[in-house]
Amino acid sequence: MNYLSNPVFLLFLTLTLYAFGNYLTSKRKWILFNPIIISMVVLINYCLVLNIPYEQYKEAGQYIDFFLQPSIVALAIPLYTQWEHIKKQLFPIITSQLAGCIVGVVSVVLLAKWTGAENDIILSLAPKSVSTPIALEVSKSIHGIPSITAACVMMTGIFGSMVGFHIMNLSQISNPMSQGIAMGTASHALGTLKAMEVSKKYGAFASVGMIFNGILTSILAPIILRFLMPYLD
Amino acid sequence: MNSIKQLAIIFGCLAFGELIVYLTHVKIPASIIGMLTLWGLLQLKIIRLKDVEGLSAFLIKNMGIFFVPPCVAMINYFGIMSKSLVPILVATLASTILVVFVTGITHQFLRNRQ
Repeated sequence: MNYLSNPVFLLFLTLTLYAFGNYLTSKRKWILFNPIIISMVVLINYCLVLNIPYEQYKEAGQYIDFFLQPSIVALAIPLYTQWEHIKKQLFPIITSQLAGCIVGVVSVVLLAKWTGAENDIILSLAPKSVSTPIALEVSKSIHGIPSITAACVMMTGIFGSMVGFHIMNLSQISNPMSQGIAMGTASHALGTLKAMEVSKKYGAFASVGMIFNGILTSILAPIILRFLMPYLD
Repeated sequence: MNSIKQLAIIFGCLAFGELIVYLTHVKIPASIIGMLTLWGLLQLKIIRLKDVEGLSAFLIKNMGIFFVPPCVAMINYFGIMSKSLVPILVATLASTILVVFVTGITHQFLRNRQ
């Protein structure tokens, strides 16, 4: 039985589940056929059934976690290759990102407060719109609970990629760049993935939205929270 | 081709980010500073795209799997998550709709005026 909690075996299991999830996603486009969701659900049940504490899973997970930070550094490449397009529209992009970032942090904090959440939960929700690596870093720096942040980032990503285009079509937002940027701003990598399915152009702008909102949120979230603090007590 | 060189560049930028955080105690993640550093080095042609392209493409393409261990860590927080399930769901979903709408409408409005 001990072997089933061996770190190397758990690492193998995680990689295999993710690869299997990738295979399913390539076969059928169904929102729940998401490699992240499949791996997560199976692994959580695996640990619960076999009574494996998270600390033991972490022995394996840390090798995967380790690449969170380098992968953010790597986002410099799309930013560099798309710079010609971005430069021409810097003002509309930055202004709309700024609006999206502030609305995102303020609305989630106030909504959570009004529906009765505890303060540590509220802080964990603040960076929900940006991709996980950045959200986790922000969450740590504002004393949130990184795991709750990770869960909410996933929920935001899945929900935004499901309804994002419908909301914009209903509200007369028809410009492809505006749609792309909004998808990336609201739903990070999953929104970008969805936009990539529509076209490369949508996808390119979605990744710009994801990158800029990541930067803005990491800089602004702690400042916005300082202003909101009086309302949280 | 030269994977170790690519690793060295990426981790060099990350280490520079850590250094800035260590020296200034700024609340920006080291990885974001590292990303801006790499972008600056590319813009200044100090580093060429092909020096980092392969590894970066690999990291970005597979970013999803880095989500998995933090999600499994939810096991530790089932207790406090379930207690606040309604606020978490309501706040996350409603706020996401708002962000899509506000970002899209602002960008479209400013672009049409340009």
